[in-house]
Amino acid sequence: MSVAILRQGDYLIASIQVDLSDSQVLELRDDLSERIGRARARGLIIDVAALDVIDSFVARSLGSIAITARLRGAETVITGIEPDVAIAMVQFDLDLAPLRTALDLDEALSLLDRLTQGVGEDGA
Amino acid sequence: MNQENQSNEDPSRQMPEVDRSLLHELVAYLRDNRTELREEWVARITQAQLLEVMTPEEIFSEVTAVYDNYVDALETGSIETLQAYARDLSERIIPRGVETHEVLGIVLLLRDVLARALFVEYQRDADLLNRILDAYEPAANRIAVTVSVSFVEERERVIREQQEAIRELSTPVLQVRDRLLILPIIGVLDSARARQLTEQLLGAIQANRAKVVVIDITGVATIDLTVANHLVQTVEAARLMGASAIITGLSSKIAQTLVDLGVDLSMMRTVGDLQGGLEEAERLIGHRPAAKGSRPDAAAT
Repeated sequence: MSVAILRQGDYLIASIQVDLSDSQVLELRDDLSERIGRARARGLIIDVAALDVIDSFVARSLGSIAITARLRGAETVITGIEPDVAIAMVQFDLDLAPLRTALDLDEALSLLDRLTQGVGEDGA
Repeated sequence: MNQENQSNEDPSRQMPEVDRSLLHELVAYLRDNRTELREEWVARITQAQLLEVMTPEEIFSEVTAVYDNYVDALETGSIETLQAYARDLSERIIPRGVETHEVLGIVLLLRDVLARALFVEYQRDADLLNRILDAYEPAANRIAVTVSVSFVEERERVIREQQEAIRELSTPVLQVRDRLLILPIIGVLDSARARQLTEQLLGAIQANRAKVVVIDITGVATIDLTVANHLVQTVEAARLMGASAIITGLSSKIAQTLVDLGVDLSMMRTVGDLQGGLEEAERLIGHRPAAKGSRPDAAAT
């Protein structure tokens, strides 16, 4: 397990601390998907603040994690993207629209609160 | 020195065994006639209406220094001293508005004056004159190139510095209130500036924990495809960092251009003017729940 996944209320928080290999990224995706179901999580926060580089594979994988998580019932927020990383990411020819982002963990939590409340309202 | 000259020049025109002594003679002649040749040069400069921003005394003292450096360079074959002097001179005269054509003209005038003097001095012996000119011309051309290039390089350095200064001055990122930044862009937006602007903006977003940035481009007259795409990327990069960007002040011309260019604007949030942009920004910030778990609507009121 290269990424610790913490649970906070209805949310899961995955904090990536080291550069991940492609297979580790895929492993993380499967892991998160499985944990969301098990924990019945409604939100997922992925903190990438420790990463100096996000390559196109990781960027694409973050998008697919977000989509997978939504299918499993959780909204995903990416947090802690550094300026240089952001500049590099927008140069990939990728559709980053599925990625919801927040400045830091605080923001991510309040964004998730807003998102999941909306879902709850619709469901009610 | 001869070797150095030879390496740059056509060897068939060089006569190495006589070159050195000829150059010595040449240099001695130029030293002996320093006063007249210098005056002749100044007269030609004045006549050609070059360096009009300088006083005659200034011209004369600069001319003296250049002349001496010139003769030294001819003698030693080393252009470093002359190069350093030329750079220093350029540094002094560029702020006063001396143009490139003036510097080129002056250097060429000196070359003409000296060549003419040599011609007069040695015309009785055509063969000797030929060889003197053979020795003189390559060295003189090299010196002319050195001085001109030094001037142009100095000029370019000044321009680069000014561009840098203008760029830094022209893209301030202002914090208007907590978590709200304004980035007014005025003037020509080229890709170098657009890139610098993106870096500044993203850095400021991180430093100020900005939630919303208003990018006002009222002061931008035109935009091209590269810059437009860069702007879109900037907005997207800001979003990745967790901040929303609002573009305000798109002139109708720029709006038209963006549409014609087919720039994908679906990710761009635009508002007509800066006032509207600020109102929109306040609304976005207000939407943030005041306390965890509170309703968004409640927070907005």
